[in-house]
Amino acid sequence: MKKSQNVTIKGTKDGLTLHLDDTCSYDELKKELDRKLSNSSRIQEEDKLLSVKVTVGNRYLTEQQQEELKELIRQKRNLIVEEIETNVLTREEAEQLKDENEIVSIARVIRSGQVIEVSGDLLLIGDVNPGGTVKASGNIFIMGTLKGIAHAGSGGNEEAVIAASVMKPSQLRIGDCINRAPDHNSDDEARVMECAFISENRQIIIDRLQVLIQQRPNLTRFEGGR
Amino acid sequence: MGEAIVITSGKGGVGKTTTSANIGTALALQGKKVCLVDTDIGLRNLDVVMGLENRIIYDLVDVVQGRCKIHQALVKDKRFEDKLYLLPAAQTTDKTAVQPEQMKKLVDELKQDYDYIIIDCPAGIEQGYKNAVAGADKAIVVTTPEVSAVRDADRIIGLLEKEENVEAPKLVINRIRNHLMKNGDMLDVDEITTHLSIDLIGIVADDDEVIKASNHGEPIALNPNSKASIAYRNIARRILGEAVPLQQLEDTNQGVFSKIKRFFGVR
Repeated sequence: MKKSQNVTIKGTKDGLTLHLDDTCSYDELKKELDRKLSNSSRIQEEDKLLSVKVTVGNRYLTEQQQEELKELIRQKRNLIVEEIETNVLTREEAEQLKDENEIVSIARVIRSGQVIEVSGDLLLIGDVNPGGTVKASGNIFIMGTLKGIAHAGSGGNEEAVIAASVMKPSQLRIGDCINRAPDHNSDDEARVMECAFISENRQIIIDRLQVLIQQRPNLTRFEGGR
Repeated sequence: MGEAIVITSGKGGVGKTTTSANIGTALALQGKKVCLVDTDIGLRNLDVVMGLENRIIYDLVDVVQGRCKIHQALVKDKRFEDKLYLLPAAQTTDKTAVQPEQMKKLVDELKQDYDYIIIDCPAGIEQGYKNAVAGADKAIVVTTPEVSAVRDADRIIGLLEKEENVEAPKLVINRIRNHLMKNGDMLDVDEITTHLSIDLIGIVADDDEVIKASNHGEPIALNPNSKASIAYRNIARRILGEAVPLQQLEDTNQGVFSKIKRFFGVR
C-alpha cells in the first residue's frame, strides 16, 4: 500500500494551509516538506509574500522545532508562516492556561504590609486596607473596600480591570499604567460599585461598574442561558 | 492554668504600658491572680508606672539566662494581697538577649501559678515583638484615633493573624478626645472598628488623671472616680467574660450646680 503524503498543501478561502501529518517522524516530515516546497512545479513570478497556516495535528513541536519549520518554509518560497496550529499542549502550558483563566477567591482582610499575588483573576471577599497590596495577572474583583493598592494584569495584560464595592484606592495599577489617588480626596463621595480600566489613550479611568459591560465584553465567560 | 494576654500596638506612645498596668490592676481588683511581664528589654517602663521600680532585684533576662529562679525575680505589689506580681524587663541589655522559645517556656511556667499573664509588648515588629507574642494565647491591640496609629495597628493585626497559637486579637481605642471626634477631626470609634474589622473590647477617654497617676506610680484603675479607671475596669470585666456596655463618651458626671451655671451661660 502506497504511503499517503506527509505534507499536503490546501488552498482554502482563508488562504493557504499546510497540513503536516502527525504519524511520521519529525525528520521525515522536514525532508518531505523541503522536497515538496523545492520542486513545486509552479514557480511564482510575483514577489508577493503569501501567508500560510500550518496545521500539525496531534504532533507536539518544541519552540525550536517551530522556529525550524518556519525558517524552512520561509526560505523555500515566498511564504510566510502566519501561525502553527497544534492539537496538543504540554502539561505545563495547560496548567498555566488554567491558572490564567481561573478565579482565585480569598476571604480575608488584606492589611497594611501584606501582599497577595495570584495568577488569574482575584475575587477578594474582604477589604484591602491602606498599605496592603493585591496583585493578579488577570482581573481583580473586590467585594469589600479597596483602600490600598491593586495591580491587575501584572503580567502586562492591559485589558485587565479592577472592580470594587467601595473604590478608595491609594494606587491603581493595570499592566504598566499607574494611577494614584488625588492628594486631597473628598471623603464625602461614596465611591460605591466602581471599576477601573485602561482607556484608548492609555489612562486608567474609574467609572461606574456598568460601564465595563461595553468596555470589556470579554469579561463574560458564561455561555448559554436565554 | 491561666491565660497569657499580650498588649501590643505597633506604634509607640499609644499607651501599651499604661493599658497593661491598668488591665492588670483591674483584673487583680476583680480577685484574679495576675502577673505582669514587661518584655520591653532595654526600655523598661512598666515598673515605673506600677511604682515598683525600687524593689527590682532580678529581671526577665536573669530568669531566662538562669541566674535566678522565676519567683526571685517577681516583684510583689503590696497594695494587693498576693494578687499582683510584676516580672520586670532588664534595663542593661537589649531585646536580642531573649529568644522567642525562651519566652514561651517562661510564660508557660507562669501560667501554672497565675490566672492571667499580661505581657507588655515593646513598639515595633522586630525581635521584641516576636518575644512578646511567642507565649501569648490572646492579644489586645491598642490604638489611638489617629491615622498613623490605626495604620500600625492594622499591620500588627495582620502579623497576629499569622500566629497560630494566638486567638483573634481584640481592640482597645485609647486617648479618645470626644470633642475632636464629634467634630469629625478625629477618626471615630465605628470608623476604626470597621476599618480594622476586629472586635472592640474597650474605649478609653483621654484623661489627664492617667498621666498624673502614672507619674505617681499608681495605676489609674485604683482610683474609682476617674472615667479612664472605669474604662479599664470595664475592659477587665469583658476579659472575664461579662457583657459590659461601652462607656458613654459625653461628660455625664456634671453636678446640678454646673448645669445651673451652664443654664445661665456661666462656664
